[in-house]
Amino acid sequence: MELPARTFRVTRADLVRYAGASGDFNPIHWSDRIATKVGLPGVIAHGMFTMALVGRAVAEWAGAADAVVDYGVRFTRPVVVPDDDEGTEIEVTAVVREVTEDGLTRLDITATCLGDKVLSQARATVRTSR
Amino acid sequence: MSLDPSYVGRTYPPTAPYQVGREKIREFATAIGATDPAHHDPEAARALGHPDVVAPPTFPFVVTMAATQQIVEDPAVGVDYSRVVHGDQRFAYTRPVVAGDELICVSTIEDITNRGGHGFLTTRTDITTVAGEPVVAVWSKLVVRGEA
Repeated sequence: MELPARTFRVTRADLVRYAGASGDFNPIHWSDRIATKVGLPGVIAHGMFTMALVGRAVAEWAGAADAVVDYGVRFTRPVVVPDDDEGTEIEVTAVVREVTEDGLTRLDITATCLGDKVLSQARATVRTSR
Repeated sequence: MSLDPSYVGRTYPPTAPYQVGREKIREFATAIGATDPAHHDPEAARALGHPDVVAPPTFPFVVTMAATQQIVEDPAVGVDYSRVVHGDQRFAYTRPVVAGDELICVSTIEDITNRGGHGFLTTRTDITTVAGEPVVAVWSKLVVRGEA
């Protein structure tokens, strides 16, 4: 079973807000000057911001803020966020891999940006019965 | 410079308690666009059986940052932080983090490998309450990129 796709728009303003909320002020997430100096095409999103958006999609699919019992990803590609009003988009899809007898659902997740996978081995287990 | 694999198994002293505030959870939830009332309204969280607002799934990473710092800044391990890229991240929850929690992190180096000129450092951080109740286990794999 495939879950309905979700799309998250990500702008520079979102990165600044996430930096403040998370305490991760690495300048590659807000300064083009520093991002390009270390060989990136420009400012990139925090990997943990992408993981947070996908985690939000997982919790919303499960239907409860406290449903996620296990969640892991591998970061494979940076999400480059241009300095304009549109920013970029992250698209998230998931398929149900397994439903266990004790009420857990295991999901295989795909997250892409401009058609490229930005995560691999993205998996979550959610509690689907209380 | 490669990472020294002899430090696999090294465990670091517990971090100072992290006091989880209701406004911090609301701020974090707002920053990721999570509008579920259980992140914002204590009544909605109580309806799910929690004492106060519930943190989103990746919030524990914020709590582990001080613990990760201990390892990255441990001169014996030899991490050059300017070359660090986040490789993997995983959370296994006993229960969600909620406002009012006072949390302590104990970190262990689970694995160090050097491959293709890059160093790979896997840490496990156990987050418990100050009373010792397990809350969430957090794994991070950091990649230390070699000189090009």
